Amino acid sequence: MALTQSDIDAEVGDLQDAYDKAVAAGAPVQNHPPRDYAPYRSSVLRHPKQPLVAVSGGDPETVELSGPVFGVTDVTDIDSDLTIQHQGEPLGERITVSGRLLDRNGRPVRGQLIELWQANASGRYAHLRDQHPAPLDPNFTGVGRVLTDDQGRYRFTTIKPGAYPWRNHTNAWRPAHIHFSVFGTAFTQRLVTQMYFPNDPLFRYDPILRSVTDEAARNRLVAEYNHDLSQPEFSLGYEWDIVLDGPSATWIEEGRD
Amino acid sequence: MSVSRKSPASTETPVDLLPTPSHTVGPFYGYALPFPEGEQVAPKGHPDTVTLHGYVLDGEGNPIPDALLEFWQAAADGSLAGAPGSLRRDPVTGGFLGRNGTDFTGFGRVATDADGHYALYTLPPGNAGLPYISVCVFARGLLTHLYTRAYLADGADPLLDSLPAERRATLVAAEGERRTYRFDIRLQGEGETVFLEFE
Repeated sequence: MALTQSDIDAEVGDLQDAYDKAVAAGAPVQNHPPRDYAPYRSSVLRHPKQPLVAVSGGDPETVELSGPVFGVTDVTDIDSDLTIQHQGEPLGERITVSGRLLDRNGRPVRGQLIELWQANASGRYAHLRDQHPAPLDPNFTGVGRVLTDDQGRYRFTTIKPGAYPWRNHTNAWRPAHIHFSVFGTAFTQRLVTQMYFPNDPLFRYDPILRSVTDEAARNRLVAEYNHDLSQPEFSLGYEWDIVLDGPSATWIEEGRD
Repeated sequence: MSVSRKSPASTETPVDLLPTPSHTVGPFYGYALPFPEGEQVAPKGHPDTVTLHGYVLDGEGNPIPDALLEFWQAAADGSLAGAPGSLRRDPVTGGFLGRNGTDFTGFGRVATDADGHYALYTLPPGNAGLPYISVCVFARGLLTHLYTRAYLADGADPLLDSLPAERRATLVAAEGERRTYRFDIRLQGEGETVFLEFE
């Protein structure tokens, strides 16, 4: 029998309670989702059962402590404006999404590549496998790229994506989100994640967001509405800073491991 | 979420910010992240080119057709500086030109095909110690990406030597004919690949 939303809610609630109790009893805060999170059904056969093997960061020749670099050849001028990539204007609510890319010391990550992709305003991806009956928009693909500036700042102009259904369980809906892919100075800092919009009523029902069992960590995935970023007669502004995890060669050079 | 207004400028005392959580890459990255010649890290036609290839498999041994692999490695001379130009773009059309045929960026990105298979064309890495290519695995269903290493030779190595023989074997690519190396990635179950965390 197909799983219902209440089946999923019960599983999510149990895992949330277990996490909250563990932290109250002194267990470490988990900043990232566990890979084994059964309410997100696709994770069941796709997570390792053996523990990860630690590679200690003491050796500066460890390849993963450096990472790929990108430059002006890797982006074009219109990549950061998803509303001008076609002949006409896309439908939907125009938004500006901006923020800073930082490491855990609060230092800006400069000149690095940020990529994003998203559904259109109706909640449909320009992807053959997305066949749910919402319209495609001939004026919107939903792919953007930008290099961070000298302050680590990025800025995109796009359309607010719609929520959309998926098949994790009956009546499953993803809250509106934008996928982000981000590079740091080290390959260890690689991050792929999703940015959400404030106060979405679907948050509590979504096993992907709820897989981040730490509430404060979950909140870090939600952009802040920033009226100063809104542009008169043009777009609404959302601010979202991204903080990269993982050691890098610079940490070792400064004696931090 | 904005942390910038609460954090000091970079010249002040370092702060310890909490990281942005990871999320799955999902099923629909295919029109956004893969790019032409993502698998062609070696300059085309380079006589030293090696092929690293294999399957990505789930806990039942079934191929994963919607995994995305990224590769990072030292250049043949050992340099870890990398170079821009992996996604070299055409400023006229906005499309992709492919790599410039001379620079070695050290970075590759390959989506698995419908059979769960991938192939990477690159130059042997010249890093210190045994040559290895760092692999980062993304997939629908994988909430946080995984790291592993494809070693192109076996021998003394701090990581390999710390593993039991059976697990060690999952990190050593099998050399085949015509400079090919087979490296399967099993996310779960029998023969599960060793995945890494960095401290």
